[in-house]
Amino acid sequence: MDDTDRRIMHATQAGLPLVSEPYQVLAEQLGIGKDEVMQRLAAMQKNGIIRRIAAVPNHYRLGYRFNGMTVWDVADEPIDALGFKVGQLPFVSHCYRRPRHLPEWPYNLFAMVHAKTQAEADAQIRRIAEVLAENNRGCDVLYSTKILKKTGFRSG
Amino acid sequence: MDDIDRNIINSLQTGFPICDAPYWQVAQSLGISESELLARLQALLANGTLTRFGPLYNAEQTGGAITLAAVKAPAARFDEIAEMINACPEVAHNYARDHAFNIWFVLATETQGQLDKALQAIADRTGLKVYNLPKLKEYFVNLQLEA
Repeated sequence: MDDTDRRIMHATQAGLPLVSEPYQVLAEQLGIGKDEVMQRLAAMQKNGIIRRIAAVPNHYRLGYRFNGMTVWDVADEPIDALGFKVGQLPFVSHCYRRPRHLPEWPYNLFAMVHAKTQAEADAQIRRIAEVLAENNRGCDVLYSTKILKKTGFRSG
Repeated sequence: MDDIDRNIINSLQTGFPICDAPYWQVAQSLGISESELLARLQALLANGTLTRFGPLYNAEQTGGAITLAAVKAPAARFDEIAEMINACPEVAHNYARDHAFNIWFVLATETQGQLDKALQAIADRTGLKVYNLPKLKEYFVNLQLEA
């Protein structure tokens, strides 16, 4: 990532212009050519700096009222293999390993699930438990109850 | 929100073309005009159905520092604590969750040093222990919700 890439990132942090030729508008803002903007965006997308150019919905507005952060205490040794498996479940949007904070926080595997009903969420959680099987040493589910802050910055 | 809105949301969650007239191209695939797509997209953003439309940057790859942190706010101080945390410009998202660990927030900064400082500032200001839970390994990331 060089300075020009960084300037493109800052110029698009709030979003892509809603005009017929958005890359042309960006190019004019940045004082570079449209082709360069397009090439650089494509290159950043290819090497993973940009995950994708996309819309991010408000879960609640689409009817997903049960947004659960499911957290699991999984033995360190099998966690990578299991984490990838849990991440492959179609309803899991994010799956990470994070540190424990013993004794208050024993959970090291985090998987976000989204459902429209409690029953659907419960079924998703059961499915994750099945994947973890005997390596599930404990779990909890933290449902979000309110968005307290959400800025333009998105990493997911 | 009608079926056209739903089609727009579902289509634009998967990606967006990089070409001279990308909205026109997407509009064609949805069977609507470019101006209708732009107007509807504007409305979906304005009414909060969409929180953002544009490139989704991977914070690790852009050289920035990012973490997830949580606090256990006593119920009586919940609003005050939430406000203190929201006031930090480093805090990008903040969610209330129904748990003893009831405030969860994402901090993003340009350097690790700034991140550590922001976490310390929140601990000092709130008087609470801040549990830092940085990502150790990413197994999967792709948020797409069918509208």
